[in-house]
Amino acid sequence: MTNALEITDLRKSFGPAQIINGVNLTIPRGERHAVIGPNGAGKSTLFNLVSGLFAPSSGSVRLNGEEIGGMKPFLINRRGLSRSFQVSNIFAKMTVRENVRCGVLHSLGQGYSFWRNIGSQRDVQEKTSAVLEHCGLIDKANTPAALLPYADQRALEIAITIAGGAEVILLDEPTAGMSHSETDRAVALIEKATEGKTLIIVEHDMGVVFNLADRISVLVYGEIVATGTPEQIRNDPKVREAYLGEDVEDAA
Amino acid sequence: MTDMTQDYADLAPSASAKFYGRILPILLFALLVVVIPFLGPSRTMYSLLNVMAINIVFALSYNMLLGRCGLLSFGHAVYYGLGGYCAVHAMTFIEAGTSPFWANFPVFGLPLVGFAGGALAGAIIGWPSCRRAGTPFAMISLGVAELIAAAGFMFLSFFGGEMGVSGDRMNGPQLFGLSMGPVEDVYWFMAFWVVAGLLGMYAFTRTPLGKLSEATRDNPQRVQFIGYDPTRVRYLVFIAAGAFAGMAGGMSAVNYEIFTPEAVSLIPSGFVLIMAYVGGIGYFVGPVLGAVLLTFMQSMLSDYTEAWLLYLGVLFISIVMFAPGGLAGIVFGLAHTARHGETGTVLKRWGGQAAGIGLALAGLIVLVEVSTRWSNGYGEVFEPFGLHLTFTNPLTWVLIVVPFAAGVAILRRLSREEDPA
Amino acid sequence: METIVFSLLNGVIYGLLLFMLSSGLTLIFSMMGVLNFAHASFYMLGAYFAYTVTDATSYWFALIFAPILVGLVGAGVEKWGLRRVHANGHVAELLFTFGLAYLIDEVIKIVYGRNAVDYRVPEALDFPLFTLYGAQYPAYRIFMLLVAVAMLVALWVLLKKTRAGLIIQAALTHPHMVGHLGHNVPMIFMTVFGVGCALAGLAGVIGGNYLVTDPFMAAYMGPIVFVVVVIGGMGSLEGAFVASILLGLLQTFAVSVDASFADLFGWIGLSSATEVGRITIAQLAPMLPYLLLVLILFIRPRGLMGEREL
Repeated sequence: MTNALEITDLRKSFGPAQIINGVNLTIPRGERHAVIGPNGAGKSTLFNLVSGLFAPSSGSVRLNGEEIGGMKPFLINRRGLSRSFQVSNIFAKMTVRENVRCGVLHSLGQGYSFWRNIGSQRDVQEKTSAVLEHCGLIDKANTPAALLPYADQRALEIAITIAGGAEVILLDEPTAGMSHSETDRAVALIEKATEGKTLIIVEHDMGVVFNLADRISVLVYGEIVATGTPEQIRNDPKVREAYLGEDVEDAA
Repeated sequence: MTDMTQDYADLAPSASAKFYGRILPILLFALLVVVIPFLGPSRTMYSLLNVMAINIVFALSYNMLLGRCGLLSFGHAVYYGLGGYCAVHAMTFIEAGTSPFWANFPVFGLPLVGFAGGALAGAIIGWPSCRRAGTPFAMISLGVAELIAAAGFMFLSFFGGEMGVSGDRMNGPQLFGLSMGPVEDVYWFMAFWVVAGLLGMYAFTRTPLGKLSEATRDNPQRVQFIGYDPTRVRYLVFIAAGAFAGMAGGMSAVNYEIFTPEAVSLIPSGFVLIMAYVGGIGYFVGPVLGAVLLTFMQSMLSDYTEAWLLYLGVLFISIVMFAPGGLAGIVFGLAHTARHGETGTVLKRWGGQAAGIGLALAGLIVLVEVSTRWSNGYGEVFEPFGLHLTFTNPLTWVLIVVPFAAGVAILRRLSREEDPA
Repeated sequence: METIVFSLLNGVIYGLLLFMLSSGLTLIFSMMGVLNFAHASFYMLGAYFAYTVTDATSYWFALIFAPILVGLVGAGVEKWGLRRVHANGHVAELLFTFGLAYLIDEVIKIVYGRNAVDYRVPEALDFPLFTLYGAQYPAYRIFMLLVAVAMLVALWVLLKKTRAGLIIQAALTHPHMVGHLGHNVPMIFMTVFGVGCALAGLAGVIGGNYLVTDPFMAAYMGPIVFVVVVIGGMGSLEGAFVASILLGLLQTFAVSVDASFADLFGWIGLSSATEVGRITIAQLAPMLPYLLLVLILFIRPRGLMGEREL
């Protein structure tokens, strides 16, 4: 069985600044993998390289065995990798339902069609309402996205990400800025939504990380210093060093 | 019935909401269009209505770009003009009748030729233009418009030079018993195509591509991460907008029976932008309102004052600054407050605003009218209501400054009350 | 030879005139993110103000005061108009300046009439400076050259040697930095907009009597200046300079070339009997900037020297 994602010696520099410095990471299918690290370690840049927002300076990214490094984002998405964003990145003037519906379109083979009435595509409507139901947004389906409360915008962010039914899901700090109860709700949503899929998550809340992840990678200054089960990471001296011992122990 | 379909039924607007929100307005519009001739409009009114029909289709096509896709174009008349030229050439082919295809082509169908011509032009020109969005797209559209306008005086066989290309609409097979000669016949032709264009463009907003176009307007980056190429979306929308603009050009070709290179210049491009924006680019009906109002202003106001373009500029800037939702935004906003606000206070505020705008406008009009007559130097004097307002008459300046200052003061006070911060 | 030398001189002068316009436009665009559609209208205002001031006093007064006046008008427009629209995004700002261009055009037509005004080269400069190959060269053109070069040097000193210049330079390459300049951002925006407009006004003062001062001069110059900015690379002053000179030379040379397409492409069988074959290079001159624009977009979308693709 091929791995869902294989990153080999990935590098990215902006001018003289090396942000990603030879990352190697293999994620088998169905794994829930968390990437942690101090601020500025390059976590978001790593996501941007994998999802196609940036082209790598060198190295390779393989999705289900196929090289995707440097591909355009929409082509990567069509191959089954979908991502969310750290700041809500939604279609602000459209309603929640229309947001999710746009996310559903390509996976149902709607293409760029201009000869079909979107309202009478039964499969589109059904999948849209299923995703809305799933993400607890069904009551707010007809609210314009810009008017949603923050936590619901984050939920919508996830809803758009999973709407296309991608097998590999990348979530960038999905619980950032949420209260405790909101975080619990979001974690439940993430667990449910990524059932049987491959999940890669960047997260600062160690409680969430140790709860959710099968394996964890620690990224420091653009390099992965450790990868392992939550147990191994907790006891890794290098990780303690990077975090000055505090966060990891608190979480444990 | 499963739970899923239950949810779906709850989600989508109900059948009656759909009827009142979508079908009824279009039916009413079609009904209005059919009823008008029975009210016995004058010939002038008929001509005005015909131009309105052209402008409605043109402005709606423009809004497919600006309002629905976030693309600001300064050269949309290129597609209107090229479509119109194709139609006018087709008209001469029909007249010549040498080829069997054109000999059997009714003049009534010429907007289709314009449609095809506009789409083709959009497909060719859109290819380099749509690689960029935002400000670069706006500048490219301007450059392309200048290029085509300059070409208009160079390629005589297609553009006909300064004389343009003219045809005769009373040839070829008749459709619906319309000879296309009298202005009443042309009205029915316009009525058919304006409803067809409106329906077509409304239907477009309901398709997957139409929705993707809105998504691209809101957030082109995210569109990439749901599996679509925003450049491709823009390109396809651009072609569609070009096609409908070409259709308006085809209608215009039948109406005027002539096309000149003026039609592809920056002037009609600017005019369609103003029509759509003044009407309200955030609403489907916005451009319709804008087209009706501005066509009316163009033909009526220009009889009364030579400064009508100045008033148009003032109207446009005021809308940009104070009412970005345009006329449609104002209308829907008023309806909303009337439904939800306290009627007394709402009425008071509207009265205040209307008075403020009216006063400021009165001062401005006096200034502009006195100035135009003074600058012409024919010794003509602005004489409203028997007054004799010359440039040196102190009363003139009182009538300019006092209403203007009073109007602005009222408006400022109202906006402070509304928004104490 | 004679044509080449004269075209070279004229082309450089025209190019410098373009740069006076495009430098202001680039400054405003880089600092504020606003593409000032009315920029050429401020150029036109400069010419008309200069005409009025010259009438009342003298050309030399106009040379100083007309640009200042235009700058003040620009600052006022920024303070009372543009700033209000800013919150609604760049498209709204662009539309505002579009409406402004429309308005300025109409006001000029009302105040000064639709025909060209008699704004002339001052008598003190209205003489042939030198004779070359038997043809005389007017002194005023050399004067234009000097004013433009003086402006260029002043701009260079301002940018490289002063604190304000350092801030502007930093903002050119890092537009997001402008927000962190402190509490005085509105003042900086107003000043930049005013100075940009004043530069355009100066171009109007020295260009209005060299070309022609009529209500259509803005509509003629505006799109060309935009082309310059796109070709040079949006936000790059060096790019704007190179593109201005390039376009100035290109247009001036094209006008003086009498060859037709048939002469040029006869070897591939283009005959002078066809419509395309009859087009001359001189006829093509007004189209050249726009052809170049399309070409640049195909081969190098960020422009000659632009660093950021917008």
